[in-house]
Amino acid sequence: MDLAATILVDGLIYAGWLFIVSVGLTLVFGVLNILNIAHGSLYAIGAYASASLVGAYFAAGGEAFPYGSYAALILAAVLVALVLGPLLERGLLRFFYGRDEVLNVLVTYAVFLILEDVMKLIWGVNPYFVYEPYTLLGDVEIGPLFYVGYDFAVIAAAIIVGLVVWLTLNHTQIGKVVLAVIHDSEMSQTMGVNVQRVYLGAFMAGAFLAALGGAMTAPMISVTPGLGVNVIIVAFAVVIIGGLGSVPGAAIGALMVGISRAASVHMLPEAELFIIYFVMAIVLLFRPEGLFAKTQARKI
Amino acid sequence: MKKLNFKIGSVLGAMTLAIGLSGPASAQDDTFKIGVITFLSGQAAESFGVPAWNGGKLLVDMLNEGGKLPAPYDQKGFGGMNIEVVVVDEAGGATKQVQEFRNLVQREEVDAVVGYVSSGDCLAIPPVADELKAFTILYDCGTPRVFEDGSYEYVFRTAAHATMDNVSLARYLKSRNFDVPSFAGLNQDYAWGQDSWADFTGAMNQLYPDAEVKTALFPKFGAGQYGTEISALLREKPALVHSSNWGGDLQGFLIQATARGLHKRAQLALAAGDHVIPQLQDKMPDGIFLGARGVNGLAAYARGGELKELTDTMWEAYEAEYDTFPVQAPFRMWQAIFGLKTAIEKAMADNGGTKPTSEQLAAAMKGLEWDAPSGRIEMALAGGHQAIQPNAIGTTKWNADAGKMELVDVEYYDARCVNPPDGMKSQEWIAQGFPGAQCN
Repeated sequence: MDLAATILVDGLIYAGWLFIVSVGLTLVFGVLNILNIAHGSLYAIGAYASASLVGAYFAAGGEAFPYGSYAALILAAVLVALVLGPLLERGLLRFFYGRDEVLNVLVTYAVFLILEDVMKLIWGVNPYFVYEPYTLLGDVEIGPLFYVGYDFAVIAAAIIVGLVVWLTLNHTQIGKVVLAVIHDSEMSQTMGVNVQRVYLGAFMAGAFLAALGGAMTAPMISVTPGLGVNVIIVAFAVVIIGGLGSVPGAAIGALMVGISRAASVHMLPEAELFIIYFVMAIVLLFRPEGLFAKTQARKI
Repeated sequence: MKKLNFKIGSVLGAMTLAIGLSGPASAQDDTFKIGVITFLSGQAAESFGVPAWNGGKLLVDMLNEGGKLPAPYDQKGFGGMNIEVVVVDEAGGATKQVQEFRNLVQREEVDAVVGYVSSGDCLAIPPVADELKAFTILYDCGTPRVFEDGSYEYVFRTAAHATMDNVSLARYLKSRNFDVPSFAGLNQDYAWGQDSWADFTGAMNQLYPDAEVKTALFPKFGAGQYGTEISALLREKPALVHSSNWGGDLQGFLIQATARGLHKRAQLALAAGDHVIPQLQDKMPDGIFLGARGVNGLAAYARGGELKELTDTMWEAYEAEYDTFPVQAPFRMWQAIFGLKTAIEKAMADNGGTKPTSEQLAAAMKGLEWDAPSGRIEMALAGGHQAIQPNAIGTTKWNADAGKMELVDVEYYDARCVNPPDGMKSQEWIAQGFPGAQCN
């Protein structure tokens, strides 16, 4: 297996994970116009919830059908979205709609800090492990390298997530309503659209995607406090490259980050971190609004 | 699915204990009050801070009860004084810790401070300790820079610095006649990981001068995902992969590396990896060369000898209390507290039996030697302020019948074999081929 193919495979695996995490962030920004720092916490809570649920599944005799643990991963993300989505959006964020974007960043940062401590109160500081789903799909041999089948399942999940989000937004009635709200929420409201419900739905979808990213990551790591910190930083890089609010942009951004990072690890490991932000800087140099975001007039 | 055996409420328990143990801010002659600072939250809590304080609390309780430990530690408390503890969370960074240190000394009026896992905190605290003339023990942090770049009157480190870890690892490879035509590294991208890799490559350059460095990977601290790095290691085909990763980073790396068979294609060598055994159990592969930053954890338990009674007493008490075995962190806390007890009792023998002042304590601690479950601790460097201690490296082997991990083929190294002599910086010592090293 030559170097280019290895970089491509590694880059795709990383990009798949990154896209699942980032697409929810960009969706929430696109609809609610809120840069949600707490997305990282929702990711971490998804990881903890899946660790707990998968653990409960196997404790309840899940060994007989271990593949059911994948359903537990998804269920964990659904539960996080159902509980925290309305709580955060209805309980807090709606009071800040239309306010300064910087204020919203500070509010979601405060939520991020609060949720970090909430996680410690619920799950403690000790790590949780859920190995089983990671190894269930066996190995995939590509040339001299072995990959875990689960890695390719993450790529498949990312493709499914991307298609579902894109098709929903562009080819369904609900999607048209969401797009209308994105373009002009006041006009949509006068046309009879329940904007509040769209906001809630979009935030819950974003929370689900964040939690799904965490849930799918949990089997390959030790789930510990602080999990969401690094994720939110790299997810921001992805959505800024792609353009805030753009789903195709998140996909392209994830691919660019994933593949450039993989190339760096293989060829210039010292630049592993630098390369992500170098790519971002280059993109912003030529497209300050990101690759796919539409240029908007700014009121002065 | 494996959930850690540590009790979820251990942090809250520790804090509760702190409240319970800490009395009004007054210094009484029948009580010796210590401030203990370690990570009770954050990423280092699970690996180091919480198990260290679990061990510390256990030992303080045993000492206060008296007669629970073999001689010379059978006397109650510190020289007969009851031990009172104020526990502070180390999370929050060096600036916050400097403020916490001032609070402990000036408001809580502690008689001594024992603390600090983070090397950043260990570099920030000593100047303040000297300014306040507060007797301070650095019990855990690894950076050699504390006393190689500075000199302090009231500050002592009771554990060897991190140079020992990687010199021992290289010596282990040599003593086991392990063929190393090439090696690679995966270390965290901050001072600890960079310094560990520099020490290891320096030591390998002396012992295996022909070994080729295939690649040196430094993923971000807390990266979690190591798929690309593992591909790079598999492609490069090094004979050995070195890592000083710790905590969740090490657990994540081992989970992913094992699933992809890295451990079957390269020898894994973990400079300080024993602390993940309680979490990973049989998910940790057999055959890993493993260090514990001292003769700690399984290496101490397997050692026997004159310290067996003391080690077994602490080991069994810890297992009984926390339902898991002690790894490196509690051992370092124990050697700090045993050292403090020895220094206090020596100072009291010299001053007629009264509670020693910081000056008397510092004089007693300088150049002190004492026994701990991790071996003979000698304050041999930096004018008697920096400890050296023996080290051990072993190989992991899962005992399926007993359902527990064992360390086999353990090699023990004298303190003067793997630590630099006084007056010589670690990097110079390694680069010059370990002059003055005394190995059996």
